Amino acid sequence: MVKTRRIITTLLRLLALGATLSATVVMVTSHDSADVLNLKFSAKYTNSPTFKYYVIAEAIATGYSLIVLFLSSKSLVWRLIVILDVVIAMLLTSSISAALAIAQIGKKGNSHAGWLPICGQVPKFCDHVTGALIAGFVAAIVYLVLNLYSLHAVLSPLFPVKP
Amino acid sequence: MAPQSGTEKPMFGYGSISCKAKSRWSWTMVGLRLLAFLATAAAAVVMLLNKQTKTFVIATVGTTPVNLTLTAKFQHTPAFVFFVVANGLASIHNLLMVMVDLFGSKVDYKGLRFAMIAILDMLNVALVSGGANAAAFMAELGKNGNSHARWDKICDRFGRFCDRGGGALIASFVALALMLIISVISIVKVLKSNK
Repeated sequence: MVKTRRIITTLLRLLALGATLSATVVMVTSHDSADVLNLKFSAKYTNSPTFKYYVIAEAIATGYSLIVLFLSSKSLVWRLIVILDVVIAMLLTSSISAALAIAQIGKKGNSHAGWLPICGQVPKFCDHVTGALIAGFVAAIVYLVLNLYSLHAVLSPLFPVKP
Repeated sequence: MAPQSGTEKPMFGYGSISCKAKSRWSWTMVGLRLLAFLATAAAAVVMLLNKQTKTFVIATVGTTPVNLTLTAKFQHTPAFVFFVVANGLASIHNLLMVMVDLFGSKVDYKGLRFAMIAILDMLNVALVSGGANAAAFMAELGKNGNSHARWDKICDRFGRFCDRGGGALIASFVALALMLIISVISIVKVLKSNK
């Protein structure tokens, strides 16, 4: 039973590690430039503080997943790991929701504020950012599932009826 | 993993808290939850009533000025709508938890009370963190604009709207910190009652 739990949490953490790593890498390598009416219009992820925060948050989550994966199975640190998982899940959801909000403005614009969408001019950048956001979303979901599973596995001795 | 020693153990731990004299620990939790409820409710309400109308003079035809009335409402931005919804749901959750803590000492379901409280707390922390952060970066965009994307800032024209939004954001971040502490305490309770 402990073995099964170890295997499932390790698998989930590997999945989350892959998702956060790909989100970071895809966002960092996204750039595009276009010439509109003799103006050079270049888009990089550093143009928006939201995307910079996104890269930093995903990088922190990647480093954390890597460290925890290589942790030995001593039971002293596992309670701290459960709590840190909640903090990292919070960090991931915050970064993905902020990046989604800004990306939605980039794609649709905001007519009330007079902000025009930019995806028409730099389509490659938009596609790249969309890919990074999908990976980040998957990472957030996986971390939430991991948290639920950790809490459930901690409590399984409490269930009076075996499922 | 600690070996389980029968199913009475968690019931024993749970029963000792619902005794006549509530320990100082659980009063602290009730106080924290009440503060978190007030903070999320305040954030949701302030952002809900955030509206500013301003009339601009854009041209003068002869002697009569041509006016343009612009309104800034929270519904214009999906990030703020999500902020209001997330804080509303979190405040309902906090209120429910306060009621359960004060009046529902006997409420239980197959011994899963601490588990459900811990899981719900964690889910609501994720929700509030998502809403608060999305609104924070949207507000930063409104305050500074983005020169690379040719987006103008709007806070110099709609100052009151920005100030009220900033107040709601501060309340939401305070609520987020409180809810994180509450969630950590709930998880520690679950881990302790499972020893």
